[in-house]
Amino acid sequence: MSRETALVTADWVAENINNPAVVIVEVDEDTALYAQGHIENAITFNWREDLQDGLRRDIISKEGFEALLSKSGIANDTTVILYGGNNNWFAAYAYWYFKLYGHQDVRLLDGGRKRWELDARPFVTDLPARTATRYVAKDQDLTLRAFRDEVIAAIGVKNIVDVRSPAEFSGELAAPAHLPQEGGQVKGHVPSAKNIPWSKAANEDGTFKSDAELKEIYTTAGVDLAKDTIAYCRIGERSAFSWFVLHELLGVSNVKNYDGSWTEYGSLVGVPVEIGALA
Amino acid sequence: MKTCGARPGGPSTDGIDLSKQTVIQGQILRDGSSDSVPNGTPVSNGHVRLLDATGEFTAEVPTNTEGQFRFFASPGTWTLVVQAPGARVEKRLVAAQGNATDLVITI
Repeated sequence: MSRETALVTADWVAENINNPAVVIVEVDEDTALYAQGHIENAITFNWREDLQDGLRRDIISKEGFEALLSKSGIANDTTVILYGGNNNWFAAYAYWYFKLYGHQDVRLLDGGRKRWELDARPFVTDLPARTATRYVAKDQDLTLRAFRDEVIAAIGVKNIVDVRSPAEFSGELAAPAHLPQEGGQVKGHVPSAKNIPWSKAANEDGTFKSDAELKEIYTTAGVDLAKDTIAYCRIGERSAFSWFVLHELLGVSNVKNYDGSWTEYGSLVGVPVEIGALA
Repeated sequence: MKTCGARPGGPSTDGIDLSKQTVIQGQILRDGSSDSVPNGTPVSNGHVRLLDATGEFTAEVPTNTEGQFRFFASPGTWTLVVQAPGARVEKRLVAAQGNATDLVITI
């Protein structure tokens, strides 16, 4: 993977808005944003209703993913462009689903909704009509997904990257500062984790930093990119962003997203927890 | 600068337990002197970044249709960075538990 296959520019999207081989999908944390205005012809996924199982605590199943993409008019050979607010957090989270279920061509709009807005590019409120398809997903690629036992076994062995803000890592906050403070039962971080906030990878306008800058951020923080890496945050969406940076932009092959993240780990009985800033 | 319409500032804090939360919120308004937009027009396409005392990014939210934003932070010194098409403004503040920090920022 590389920047050329994983990212598109706003100009590219503007030129491909009516391209029948392309489907643009907006995914936001604030699910009301799409209705207020979105890129022409873009559809939306609601991360809570469309991407979560709904009954048990899990991401949607393969069958659920197939149903979502089929009704959205996305075919197996469609080029899917994802974008959203919050520097593409939830767009990156959806991107991780597409890779998990084996979709071939999926890309993020560099800078997401923010760069589009700061450029004063147009938003519309019209809803595009799409013809349903019969999408066939692959089984989950578990080389991209970490579960709790694997995280516990990775303490002191693999790279564990906590991509939350320093205040969440140290245990001062339980959730990002724009959200009510709720999350795991306890605050803190997984022992031996390095705190490399997702935001380090983004420029102020929401676009990604250069490959050289990105590599520098991780290696300076003590991450050995030759070793296996597990990224986590609070609910798995910011760590999908950092997974995207490592796996899709920098082409590091051994990176997993722990989507259970701190809401799961911080509620487990008997697992080790550390608080305080990184020494 | 005068504004008209609803009370300027962030969204209603009804339902938020201010004794437990450290709220930083406000409203972004256009300063009409620099463009053709009337004074006090809410900036609905803005983005507000919250940086901690060391300048480290902590959170970011888009403004709503009334130009409003809100963060749940912790007591201490913070910096807001407001971005909108053609504008960028920084504002330092000290937040405390108990009373929401409620600002009106013109750009």
